[in-house]
Amino acid sequence: MTYVADVGALARKDLLLELRARDTLPAMLLFVVSVFVVFHFTLPAHSSDLAASGLLWVAILFTALLGLGRAFVAEREQRVLDGLVLAPCDRSAIWLAKGIATLAFLVAAEIVALPVFALFFHGVSAATVGGIALADVGICGVGTFLGAMAVATRARDLLLPLLFLPLAIPIVVGGVGASTAASPGRYLGFLVLYDALFCVLCWASFEYVVTE
Amino acid sequence: MIVARKLGKRFGDKRVLRNVDLDVPRGGFAVVTGANGSGKTTLLRMCAGLARPSEGELEVAVGRAAIGYLAHEPLVYRELTALENLDLYGRLYRVPERRERTGMLLERFGLWQARHDRVASYSRGMTQRLALCRVLLHDPSLLILDEPYAALDEQGAALLDDQLAELRGVRTFLVSTHDPARVERFATTRLALA
Repeated sequence: MTYVADVGALARKDLLLELRARDTLPAMLLFVVSVFVVFHFTLPAHSSDLAASGLLWVAILFTALLGLGRAFVAEREQRVLDGLVLAPCDRSAIWLAKGIATLAFLVAAEIVALPVFALFFHGVSAATVGGIALADVGICGVGTFLGAMAVATRARDLLLPLLFLPLAIPIVVGGVGASTAASPGRYLGFLVLYDALFCVLCWASFEYVVTE
Repeated sequence: MIVARKLGKRFGDKRVLRNVDLDVPRGGFAVVTGANGSGKTTLLRMCAGLARPSEGELEVAVGRAAIGYLAHEPLVYRELTALENLDLYGRLYRVPERRERTGMLLERFGLWQARHDRVASYSRGMTQRLALCRVLLHDPSLLILDEPYAALDEQGAALLDDQLAELRGVRTFLVSTHDPARVERFATTRLALA
């Protein structure tokens, strides 16, 4: 129970910080809507729905990257991560809480983004929504882990995309498959497997990322 | 409480600490002095568990739940209020009667009136006072204080003097300072880093 309470306190803090500073979610919203507008005008008329589905995943991935890049900004500015690392709670609680907060921002951005996508391109199927939900978990789990790694380096703005994008390729494969395949079940299963595997790995190894 | 033997630390090719021996008994008050870049902060970070020695041995007899670490930075969120910051740390450290303890510390360090203000609006001295509240919140048995008087005005420094006098002998201290005269009366161990 104390672990859950620690995660709750840390996640609540992240949500409160965003409510005060408002520097992540508005940027994500503006970005994802702008990307759809740009795609709307750059895609040739009568382009296939398949192409539009691919663009949806590109937009989601880069919107998530925007949020992940800002995930540890508050901790970096005042070196607060040292304070959290010193606290006697399980250090994986920091990762889990940050991941939950980032997931909340991403889901909020997608709640706006999906209707906009449907307006500009085509409707969104239940399988696509399911795929996005599963992909969000993987994106936030892996991305938060890599964000914590990157924040300790000078080249953090460069490092995060370089580390994250290769690891996100399976998510894109699973997500696009779930959006476009006639039977999306195995792609959704693939995303579940990815989430389970990578989230357990990140959870177990986060301690080594935040300690020297 | 703290025993260090031939302690050393390197960052890549740069050696920032070499052959440091230190014994701080339980209830002791160790004062670390030295010029800028002599490795004071690195030594304190190692004792707090935030950095690992590259050479030698270091034993700290208590776990991180019993350590209060004051860093150069206050380790508090600028967009949260003093109360919110202390509440967060109080939860993570499982402080019993968290609200009462938070209120008592804010009152003692003269921050009660500003408890609902965001830390971003605090002066440097007020932020340092809040950092001291954070350090003392869980009543640690080992206090590691890196330049605790930095940014404090005379009133704030006097408050800290009172706190150190009250806890001297009851808690163990490892304090780095550029002004050793200020804490000389408390000191039981002295370490000058070259």
